[in-house]
Amino acid sequence: MYQFNYKKVETIEEAVNELSANPESKILAGGMTLIPTMKQRLASPEQLIDIRNIKELNFIKEESNNIVIGSTTNHYTVASSDLIKNKLSSLSRLAEGIGDPHVRNMGTIGGAISNNDPTADYPAACLGLGATIRTNKREISADDFFISLFETALEEDEIVVSISFPIISDSFYMKFPNPASRYAMAGVFISKNTSEVRVAVTGASENGVFRWTEMESSLLNDWSKSSVEDVKLSPEGIMSDIHGNSEYRANLANIMAIRAFEGINE
Amino acid sequence: MSLVELEINGKKISQDVEERQLLVHFIRDDLNLTGTHVGCDTSQCGACVIHIDGKAVKSCSMLAVQANDTKITTIEGLADGENLHPVQEAFRENHGLQCGFCTPGMIMAAVDIINRISNLNEKTVREELEGNLCRCTGYQNIVKSILAASEKM
Repeated sequence: MYQFNYKKVETIEEAVNELSANPESKILAGGMTLIPTMKQRLASPEQLIDIRNIKELNFIKEESNNIVIGSTTNHYTVASSDLIKNKLSSLSRLAEGIGDPHVRNMGTIGGAISNNDPTADYPAACLGLGATIRTNKREISADDFFISLFETALEEDEIVVSISFPIISDSFYMKFPNPASRYAMAGVFISKNTSEVRVAVTGASENGVFRWTEMESSLLNDWSKSSVEDVKLSPEGIMSDIHGNSEYRANLANIMAIRAFEGINE
Repeated sequence: MSLVELEINGKKISQDVEERQLLVHFIRDDLNLTGTHVGCDTSQCGACVIHIDGKAVKSCSMLAVQANDTKITTIEGLADGENLHPVQEAFRENHGLQCGFCTPGMIMAAVDIINRISNLNEKTVREELEGNLCRCTGYQNIVKSILAASEKM
C-alpha cells in the first residue's frame, strides 16, 4: 500500500472541509472495498478521511412511511434491525446476504452505494425501491444517483448522509452469489406498490445497476409469474468474465427475477 | 506516523504506527501476538479474525489507526490462564482442526457466532462460517465443535 495521510473527523462539516481542501482525498467508512483496493495498489489516495466517528451518520429511523438509514450504518446493524425486519424485510434479507459476518460488521451502506460496484447489492435496493439519497448538499433520487461502473452523481465535495427507502412491503431481492466473493453474479430486486412496479438488476450489466424497464412494464400490465417468464434479458451489454459469460449471466437474471417474484408472493 | 491507543487482551497499548500499517501486521509484528494469522491477505479466508469492541472483524482489511480507542481481543486473550475457553476446549475435544492454520480465525468467528445467535443449528453454523476457509477438515468437525461449545456457553 502506498503511503497516505489519515484524518479522523467528528462532524460532516469537518469531513467536507477536508474533502474540499484536498481533492485527492478519499472517504473511509467501513473500508471493506477501499482498503483491499489500496492493498492491491489499485487506489492511492493522498489522504483518507475516516468518517466512522461521525455520530450523526449512524442511525436507523422511520420517517413518514420511509426507512431512513444513516450512511455509516453497517450491514449487520441493518440486517438485525427489528424496525427494518418488521417494515421492510426485503432490505434486511439483502443486508444479511452481503459478504460474510466479519465484512458485515464493518462495511457500510453509504460506502456501498458511493462505490457503486457493479456487483454490489445495495444499489439494487435503492433503484428497486426508488430510494432517495441525501447528501450534505441535496437530495438525489436513486434513478439519478447511479451513473455507471463505480460512478455516481456525487460531486467532489459531496458525501452521502443517509438513504431513505420507501416502505414497500411487496418487495423482494434475490441474487445468485459468486461462490467465493458472495458478490452478485446477478441480483434482481422487485417492488410493487399501487401505481408502480420497479425491477432493478445488479451484478449483470457492464454499466452497473440498472432498471429493467421491459420487465417493469410486463409486470405492471399483468402481475403474474408468466409475465416474468415472458421477458428475457438480452445478453448484449452484460458482463462476461471467468465466472460466467454474458449469456449465462443474462439467464441468471431471468431466473433471479422469477425467484424474486415468487418471494413477494409467498 | 499516528498515535494509536487501544486495549488488547486487557493490556493498554500506546504506540505510533505508520498510517498504512494493517492492523494484523501491527498485532503480529509490533505486539508479537502471532496467534492471529494472515492466510489469503485478500479478506476472503478469515484466518485474521479478531474481535474489536466485541465484534468479529478481519484484521487484514483494517488499518491499525482505525483501531484507535478500541478494545481488541485476539486468540491469545480467550483462555483464562491455564483454562481454555469453552470454544477452544470444544475444538480440542471434537478434533476441530488438522493443520491448525485457520483455527484462530475459526475460534474467534465461533465465539462471535455463539454470542450473537441462540439455539444454533448445523445449517446456521455453516452459513455463519461463510467468511472462514479451512482447507483440511471439510468443516465437519469444526461445525461439530461449535455446536458442542454452544451447548456449554
